[in-house]
Amino acid sequence: MAHEHKLEIFRGLLKFKSNVSKIWGVLIFLTIVTVIEVVLGIIKPAPLTGNYFLGMKLLNWIFIILTLVKAYYIAWDFMHLRDEKSSLRRAIVWTPIFLVAYLIFILLVEADYIHNVYRDGFVTWNF
Amino acid sequence: MDSTVTAEAEENVWGGGNRPLGASYGKLMMWFFLVSDALTFSGFLAAYGFTRFKFMETWPIADEVFTHVPFFHGIYPMYYVAFMTFILIMSSVTMVLAVDAGHNMKKNAVIWYMFATIIGGAIFVGSQAWEWATFIKGDYGALETKGGRILQFVKADTGERASLVDFAMVIPDERREHERKNGVWYYEEKALPSYSLNEVAAGFISNPNILIRTEVLNEKGHKTLLTREESLEKLKSATQVVEGANLIHNEYGARLFGDFFFFITGFHGFHVFTGVLINIIIFFNAIIGTYERRGHYEMVEKVGLYWHFVDLVWVFVFTFFYLV
Repeated sequence: MAHEHKLEIFRGLLKFKSNVSKIWGVLIFLTIVTVIEVVLGIIKPAPLTGNYFLGMKLLNWIFIILTLVKAYYIAWDFMHLRDEKSSLRRAIVWTPIFLVAYLIFILLVEADYIHNVYRDGFVTWNF
Repeated sequence: MDSTVTAEAEENVWGGGNRPLGASYGKLMMWFFLVSDALTFSGFLAAYGFTRFKFMETWPIADEVFTHVPFFHGIYPMYYVAFMTFILIMSSVTMVLAVDAGHNMKKNAVIWYMFATIIGGAIFVGSQAWEWATFIKGDYGALETKGGRILQFVKADTGERASLVDFAMVIPDERREHERKNGVWYYEEKALPSYSLNEVAAGFISNPNILIRTEVLNEKGHKTLLTREESLEKLKSATQVVEGANLIHNEYGARLFGDFFFFITGFHGFHVFTGVLINIIIFFNAIIGTYERRGHYEMVEKVGLYWHFVDLVWVFVFTFFYLV
C-alpha cells in the first residue's frame, strides 16, 4: 500500500483534506448518482425512453454510463486503485474491460440474430 | 520502476521479498482472484444480456416484478432495491474507514468499523432473502399456455392487475393434491396452486371486467392488453395455473428471467455471505490483537478489497436487473 493518499477527485476539481473526508465525499457522490438513477427509473421521462441511440433507449444508455461512473469511484477510491502504481492499475482494469467488451459484442450480436430468426422464421414459437 | 531488480535485492528475487507492482504477495493474489471473479460475473451478466436480446419483445418489466417493500402494502417499485444498494455502499464506506484506521494502527476504530460493516452485510443478505421469498411467493398469479407463454389478468375498468383471488370461482369436487402416503410409487407432487385451471377459466368467463395481458411489449414498452373477445379466445390455450416463481415456471413472464434472477442474485448473495463470514473472522482477529502483534493491518485491506468488489458487482446487477 502506498502510504500517501491522493486526495483529489474529479481531476483535481475537488481536493479533500484527509483520506477520511475523501471517503465521505465519495459516498455522497455515489449516493447522489444512485438517487438520480432511481428517480429516472421511476418517472421514466418520455424523451429518454422514446429516443434510441445504437438500438438502445437513451435512458438505458444513461443508466449504463452512470453505473460505470459508480464503478470507477468504487474501484478508484474504495479499492484505492488511485494510490496504486499505474502498471498494476492498468493490468487490473484493462484486462477485464477488453475481454468483457469482446464477450458482450459477440453475444449481443448473436442474440439479435436469434431474435430475428424467432421473429421472421417459419416456425411459430407461441402456439 | 520498482519491478527492476535492484542490486541488493538480487539474491532475494525468488525468495518472495520483491514487490513487483508495489503490492504485497497477498494483495496481488487478491487482485488476481478479483479479476477472475469479475470475469465470471461478466459472463453471467453477458448471458443475461444475450437472453434478453433474444426475447426482446417479451421480457418482463422489472418495475412490475419487484414492487414490494417489507412492512408496507401497495406498489413501490425500486425503492427497496435502492435501499439495499445504499446499505451495501454504506458498508463499503465503513470498510474503507476500517482500512484507513488500520493504517493508522487504531485498533478500536478498526474493530468498530468492522462491526458496522458486518451489520451492513447482514442487512443486505437478509434483504436479499426477503426479495427471494417475495419473488418465489408471487403476487397476482397467471396462466401458462401450451407454448409456455404467460397470460396475466388486468381489471378492465381501472387498468390495475387482477389477482386470481379477485375473480376465480370455487368449484367443489376438485382433485386433491397427491401425497406420498397415498401413492403406489411413493412420490409426491408439488403443491397445487390455490385455484385450478377450470376455476380460473370459469371465473374469467363469468366476470366481464377481467382482461388478459400477454407478454408481448408494444411500441410504448407496455404489455399488450387483449380485448374481451381476444381474451376469451386466448384463454383456450392455457394449460396450467402458475403462482409465484421457481426454476421451471414463473408468473412474471419469460422463464429464463426467473432462472437468471435466482442464479445471478444468488451467486452475488453467496459472495456477500462469504464476505460477511470473512469479515467476522477479521473482526475477531482485530479484537484479539493479531494484527497489532503483526505490526500491520494489511489483512483488513485485503478483505476490504473483496468486500468492495462485492459492492462493485451489485452496482452492475442493480443496473442490469432492476433499471435497464
